[in-house]
Amino acid sequence: MIPASFDYHAPKTLAEAIGLLTKYPGDAKVLSGGQSLLPLLKLRLGSAGHLVDINRVPGLEYIKEEGGFLKIGGRTRESALERSEVVKSRYPILIDTAAVIADPIVRNLATVGGNLAHGDPANDHPATMLALRAQVVATGPKGERVIPIGEFFTDLFTTALAPDEILTEIRIPAPQPRTGGAYVKLERKVGDFATAGAAVQVTLGKGGEIVRAGIGLTNAGLTPVQAEAAEKFLQGKRPDAGTIAEAARLAAQSADPSADRRGSVEYKVEMARVLTARALKKAVARAEGA
Amino acid sequence: MSTHKIHVTVNGAGYDAEVESRLLLVHLLRENLRLTGTHIGCDTTHCGACTVLLDGTPVKSCTVLAVQADGREVMTVEGLEKDGKLHPIQEGFWEQHGLQCGYCTPGMMMTSFALLETNANPSEGEIRQAISGNLCRCTGYVNIVKSVQSAAAKARG
Amino acid sequence: MAPQTTPEVGGMGHSIKRKEDPRFIRGKGNYVDDIQLPGMLHMDIVRSPYAHAKILAIHTEKALKVPGVLAVITGATLEQYKLHWMPTLMSDTQMVLPTDRVMYQAQEVAAVVATDRYTAADGVAAVEVDYEPLPVVIDPFKALEPGAPVLRTDKPGKKDNRIFHWEVGDRKATEKAAADADVVVREHMYIPRIHVASIETCGCIADFDRARGKLTVYMTTQAPHAIRTVFALVAGHVGLSEEKIRIVSPDIGGGFGGKVPVYPGYVIAVAASVVIGKPIKWVEDRMENLQADSFARDYHMDVELSAKKDGTMTGLRIKTLADHGYADAAANPSKFPAGLFSICTGSYDIPNAFCEVDGVYTNKPPGGIAYRCSFRVTEAVHAIERITDRLAQELKMDPAALRMKNFIAPEKFPYKSALGWEYDSGNYPAALRKAMDMIGYEALRKEQAEKRKRGELMGIGISSFTEIVGAGPSKHFDILGIKMFDSCEIRIHPTGKAIARFGTKSQGQGHETTYAQIIAEELGIPAAHVEIEEGDTDTAPYGLGTYASRSTPTAGAAGAMAARKIREKAKKIAAYLLEVSEADLVWETGKFFVKGAPQKSKTIQEIAFAAYTNHPQGMEAGLEAVNYYDPPNLTFPFGSYICVVDIDRGTGEIKIRRFVAVDDCGNIINPMIVDGQIHGGLSMGMAPALLEEISYDENGNIQGGSFMDYLVPTSMETPNWETGKTVTPSPHHPFGAKGVGESATVGAPPAIVNAAVDALSHLGVTHIEIPMTPQKVWAILKEKGVAE
Repeated sequence: MIPASFDYHAPKTLAEAIGLLTKYPGDAKVLSGGQSLLPLLKLRLGSAGHLVDINRVPGLEYIKEEGGFLKIGGRTRESALERSEVVKSRYPILIDTAAVIADPIVRNLATVGGNLAHGDPANDHPATMLALRAQVVATGPKGERVIPIGEFFTDLFTTALAPDEILTEIRIPAPQPRTGGAYVKLERKVGDFATAGAAVQVTLGKGGEIVRAGIGLTNAGLTPVQAEAAEKFLQGKRPDAGTIAEAARLAAQSADPSADRRGSVEYKVEMARVLTARALKKAVARAEGA
Repeated sequence: MSTHKIHVTVNGAGYDAEVESRLLLVHLLRENLRLTGTHIGCDTTHCGACTVLLDGTPVKSCTVLAVQADGREVMTVEGLEKDGKLHPIQEGFWEQHGLQCGYCTPGMMMTSFALLETNANPSEGEIRQAISGNLCRCTGYVNIVKSVQSAAAKARG
Repeated sequence: MAPQTTPEVGGMGHSIKRKEDPRFIRGKGNYVDDIQLPGMLHMDIVRSPYAHAKILAIHTEKALKVPGVLAVITGATLEQYKLHWMPTLMSDTQMVLPTDRVMYQAQEVAAVVATDRYTAADGVAAVEVDYEPLPVVIDPFKALEPGAPVLRTDKPGKKDNRIFHWEVGDRKATEKAAADADVVVREHMYIPRIHVASIETCGCIADFDRARGKLTVYMTTQAPHAIRTVFALVAGHVGLSEEKIRIVSPDIGGGFGGKVPVYPGYVIAVAASVVIGKPIKWVEDRMENLQADSFARDYHMDVELSAKKDGTMTGLRIKTLADHGYADAAANPSKFPAGLFSICTGSYDIPNAFCEVDGVYTNKPPGGIAYRCSFRVTEAVHAIERITDRLAQELKMDPAALRMKNFIAPEKFPYKSALGWEYDSGNYPAALRKAMDMIGYEALRKEQAEKRKRGELMGIGISSFTEIVGAGPSKHFDILGIKMFDSCEIRIHPTGKAIARFGTKSQGQGHETTYAQIIAEELGIPAAHVEIEEGDTDTAPYGLGTYASRSTPTAGAAGAMAARKIREKAKKIAAYLLEVSEADLVWETGKFFVKGAPQKSKTIQEIAFAAYTNHPQGMEAGLEAVNYYDPPNLTFPFGSYICVVDIDRGTGEIKIRRFVAVDDCGNIINPMIVDGQIHGGLSMGMAPALLEEISYDENGNIQGGSFMDYLVPTSMETPNWETGKTVTPSPHHPFGAKGVGESATVGAPPAIVNAAVDALSHLGVTHIEIPMTPQKVWAILKEKGVAE
């Protein structure tokens, strides 16, 4: 449990941090919460010659609604998300998600940005952000760029972030009226990665029909999965039992999980279906109450 | 490779140390500062035996670098007792038999201490949730819940 | 039974606060890794990635170039001292470090000694080993097939992978009972390999003092004296003589059986310290602990129960294949290679029984009874309690009624079982009835019937177990030839305080409190004034250690007996002080008084003072005694547990809604501590039933070798345990007590499995193998057409 040696830098500004990433291409890693990075280094499964600790850089932790978006600073702690009144009242899907990431102590340090930037399809925020149609702000030497979440996850443990970019903000469109979302995770125990997880965000029209649906699946492929077929199917339909069941079935068809101790492929695909149905029911209930 | 001069305040006392970048905070506490009350129980950040407070927040000190604690305040189990008086958390664990082998206990108490700072009357469910990152093999958690409830009642007066 | 002493004295029955807690709650425990000695070096171990491979070469040059690395020890190094192999506690042999081949993944291959633990880790990463993989034997059934690779080629003439065959009972009579029976039920049950994973891992500091020729080993061990003798026997040829070996077991962060075996790391550290002349610290990581240290279970059982159609059991047959890994390193008493498995007739009056166990070698770490199992009693109880429910299902009888019908009646004790055990006392119907009342059994059955109509899956499971603890009588019990007595030495000081040392070693069971309470009960000296010590072989009387719930039955008894010897001498002194004859004296807790003249009395404190200042001429001064207690029999704690589960038809998850545990461990020393043992034991019973498993793929790669996949329950998975007691004293124990530490781990798993099967029995489900993962349960739901 002892990492190999590395150099450590604690820049005081974002520019300085980016400069260090530029200086050590491919050999520098960002230390944000460290709750994914340090365990890897301790087991000597990953390596980095340089750790760039961004915890001394001001202005990276915030939660605010602004300009039609919920804006979350990249280094915002999961526990801060759980405590945030605006998130609790207007984005409960994020509470659902944060509450099942690792355990409460890890969540004191783990960051929302880190949960996305790690590119691990087993992390929980990616599915939720897909369902929410979020955007990721990447800041690099050339400044900021906005990456739609649908383009962010490119491969296993790989994102659209360049090696010298830092994920500085997550933007979630503010919800229309009659919008509700939920994240449901099946885990073997607290602290485990998902056996399966489903994030659903729906907006209901005046007649109670679904006018917008976002569905994301956790640990269902090499990258987080957006269940597009299910989303399309739900458009314009009333969320009765039959519709929910069919949407869940379609969502499961988008799942391509690997077998492991958490379950066989068949089980995980079925759980994607079961959890999508449950998340959809919950999302609809929240939308109806909103 | 690189070493760093750091200054860390632990249980109110300032310490200077020169450490490797890779030195884990738990080892700084246990080996450099000889505060062995914080324990190591795993290598995958699961067990929570190493839980300490960093600027008042519970963290798993095996998954924090010592250099990250530079200029910051750490509280360990050794900091619970003040001027020979046990903290209500310590009394709660003692009275309610919240420990058996004692190995997970410092971590459990630090997590519980932090819980009571924000929630003076936690329910059983809230306590179980708060300590779900701390593993215990001996007690089955029942008396740990009772210990925290007892401490909460005592602290409320 | 109400306490007989005042709370100030704190004898039996008082839930006094634990005396050991003040240091733990302050973070001032003294665990092995807390100890730092001047000049201490650190050792870390290179481990094999292969389950079976020849070692072609070990390249140490890079490691030796790492600044701060002082030595790399290999099998070749140890071979010079004939320390490369060592005996196991079952008189098998296992490697300390290999010279030829490795036999399990994570096996120790070399050790790096360095100035600090970070450098030692770097040294380990720099050692390069060339391996030639060999065919792997993982399936124990395949291991017995002709043509299977023979694993123990180190044993001259060994042509197969068999370790032992052990059987007991009447094979023919049991076969006849099956043939004549109205109904016979059979199940194959596999209890997978698990690991106890105490939060503190194993480790030691070996400190050879050249100037004194003395070796001190601070060690996570539950049996310090036995270890000392083993070291003397194993390393005697290199000059380590028993009087020059001191084992110190300081505070231990959980043992549960995992800290009984002698692990290679200890022996390597000792060798390194002797050779280098400095203290060597070795503390394993969690992954090393899970992957290499002694496991438990891994029993493949075929269980058969015969009965009359009215439910009367007539015969029990069990055939077991025991997978021991590559060496039998289980810490069983030597005559019992399958431990106390023959308790498998359980709480029932079964006239015919036969069980046989075959041990087999495979390419896995050696072991294995290291998980709170009471020497294979978990396996035995799982078998009988599961097959009993199976019989109830077959006969369409209520499982509680079937148990009541077959329980050994209270008036039949002491009871001789068909497999040869004499149960000391028991009252099984009372315990089951109490559990049923506590949980509201009849109402739950009604609820279940209603829920079934709505397609909801709810189950109720019972386990009415009999445990067998307190090894054990010298006639039958020894470990490596050392009889399994235990001991206590008490010395009373002039001011009436006391120190008592025992041959056992607590790892959280609260001996510093409970042993003091025993002495308080016997002598009336307040428990607060009795200092308890264990674990230092230089000072503690010889004992066999703490495991298999033996401490109260053996060492606790020794404490009472030693205290009674002291009371005998105290009576003589009191008679002298009061100028009466001993026959005129009456003992009342803490004092002797003159019959008929109670104002003429002497307290134990006054007597103690007199023992040093005014003892009778011709009598030795002082007030102390030692007792080595050879128990006349084992003790048989028992209980009835009832579990209620609800099954999620969508995910297959089993949720424990309620769990009531009624335990009987005879007379109770400290009720609060006993409850704590039950809570912890239940959690360690639930864990293997639902979550924990170590398995291997066909190449011998471990699955579940870290806390990522070895699922130790948190506070969220663990239900709120409800406990109750009945008290049926042991007639042969000095204060009527039985052991209790493992009862709950033994009794809980079948209660949970029985509940889950009960939830699905109306669909024709008869058995579910543990761990009952959501996927396993879901597969059953799907097969039966009831998945959501």
